[in-house]
Amino acid sequence: MKSLPITIDSVRKAYGSYVALDDVSLDIRAGEFLTLLGPSGSGKTTLLMALAGFVRPDSGKLLLGDRDITRLAPNKREIGIVFQNYALFPHMNVLANVEYPLALRRRRKAEARQRALDALARVKLDGLSERGIGELSGGQRQRVALARAIVFEPRVMLMDEPLSALDKNLRETMQYEIRRLHDDLGITTIYVTHDQREALTMSDRIAVMNSGRIQQIDAPQHIYDRPSTRFVAEFMGEANIIAPGLARRIDGADAPRETLMIRAESLHLDASLAGRDGVALDGTLRAKAFRGENWLLTLALDGGQEILVCIPAALAGGCVELAASQRVTVYAPAQKVHVLPGAMA
Amino acid sequence: MLEAYPDNRLARVALWGFAALVMAFLILPTLVVVPLSFSASDLLEFPPRAYSLRWYENFFGSATWMDALRTSLILGTLTAAIAVPLALLACISTNRLGGRAAATIQGVLLTPSIVPGILLAIGLFFVLAAQGLVGTLFGVLVGHVVLAIPVACIVLVPALARFDWNQVQAARSLGADWARAIGGIIVPQLRISLLSATLMAFLTSLDESVISIFVASGRNSTLPKLMFLSLRDQIDPTIATISTLWTAIVVAVILIVTLRQKS
Repeated sequence: MKSLPITIDSVRKAYGSYVALDDVSLDIRAGEFLTLLGPSGSGKTTLLMALAGFVRPDSGKLLLGDRDITRLAPNKREIGIVFQNYALFPHMNVLANVEYPLALRRRRKAEARQRALDALARVKLDGLSERGIGELSGGQRQRVALARAIVFEPRVMLMDEPLSALDKNLRETMQYEIRRLHDDLGITTIYVTHDQREALTMSDRIAVMNSGRIQQIDAPQHIYDRPSTRFVAEFMGEANIIAPGLARRIDGADAPRETLMIRAESLHLDASLAGRDGVALDGTLRAKAFRGENWLLTLALDGGQEILVCIPAALAGGCVELAASQRVTVYAPAQKVHVLPGAMA
Repeated sequence: MLEAYPDNRLARVALWGFAALVMAFLILPTLVVVPLSFSASDLLEFPPRAYSLRWYENFFGSATWMDALRTSLILGTLTAAIAVPLALLACISTNRLGGRAAATIQGVLLTPSIVPGILLAIGLFFVLAAQGLVGTLFGVLVGHVVLAIPVACIVLVPALARFDWNQVQAARSLGADWARAIGGIIVPQLRISLLSATLMAFLTSLDESVISIFVASGRNSTLPKLMFLSLRDQIDPTIATISTLWTAIVVAVILIVTLRQKS
């Protein structure tokens, strides 16, 4: 199956005075799994619907390969879409749902049936082809929606929060399976979610969106470790944004004059700092909470700012004895200290 | 509602009695025509002194009545066939449009059912007269379609409001153009509402007399128009016969539709 790259060029969409997409540009490589991540109202679904053809941009261009699809009707785009609520057709059984795109293309009956059965086998739904949609569980419906979206061999797949209706365990299984399906088919995929963990787990690259703009686009590790804005830092996990002057260098050099971002789990409790390289923070313990796999400590720094420290339970022997208001020093190794660009003061 | 009076038997009996009275009041006048239609008398008299089928013979043997019946059935069928698809498309577009514009359009669509029928008929008469269409089947059809569209809309608007629009988007993304998305996805799922709308549109046309009186003429007279004229000119139990047949047909159609919906 030949997949195509997508170019989003300065796309703008406003609803009255509300700007849903504010001059968004993005290049998606052929065969890439790219996630649009952001809170609700960030514009990620609007961007997806523009690619699908259900939202017409006020300005800008959308290219599929070399072809300008900005004004192409949705049914001519050859894009497979998995909707949040699956949007299966309740008046058809599983097989008819999956055959539907082939029937529209006037494929021969036998061929359509075989391809639909193949697609169902790919999503592990063999044997359920005669079921009605109402007889399926949420996870099974999800799989039918996937089979229906891949059966006509689209060149691009769009997924709009496809797992948000599933419970946690099933969600993790489906994350793995969707990614495996993508790897098998090699199809360019754009995945929308507001769940940062899902984005980190599944994506080749993540585009973090907020207020109709792309904040940062990068590989998951880079997005997590080296966020380019405060918004990205805080959206991706428990981030401590440390104002200039609050951290001290362990080697005694001048305190950093930039705003620092240190993840809660990059901070360690250690009595002896000697010989270490990085920054240390001094404060008093405000609260501690046991969360199963880790302890979450809240420290008030001497400047008054509160930070979160996450200690893996396996290493947290000392945590149990820590008492409120006790003086605590934590440190972060140099490679885990990220200077937030453009966030002076 | 009845559960609100679980302990008070008197109140319950009174409520049932009152409900039965209301039902009787609504239905009995309709049923009076049944014995009248089997009367052997030349006049409408209740209760009839002798029974016969002569008025049924008179009705089925009369070319004028049969023409009117044929006209009414053709008109009813055409009205439903034209008004329901138009109403469906109109309701889909207002459903998608949303907001104040959609509410305004819906309001305009519903006006024919709010404006007094006589005003609509007079207006239609002048419009059709200008086009030279007075007295044609087409002219009456236009009037009936105008009346049936709001009736169909009233049935279809709530059905579309419940419809999951994502399904249409899914169908579009899978390769369906508008016509196939509507025909393959919306229509099959709305079939019960569409059936009700069709029935209502058909009955609206079948029942309509004012527009027919103004616009229809000669062989294009509808049954209600002819009934009205015959009531004015010469009262005989043929009217009761037609009413009885009419009621029987309508009840049968509604029963069949209702039973099919249940199964």
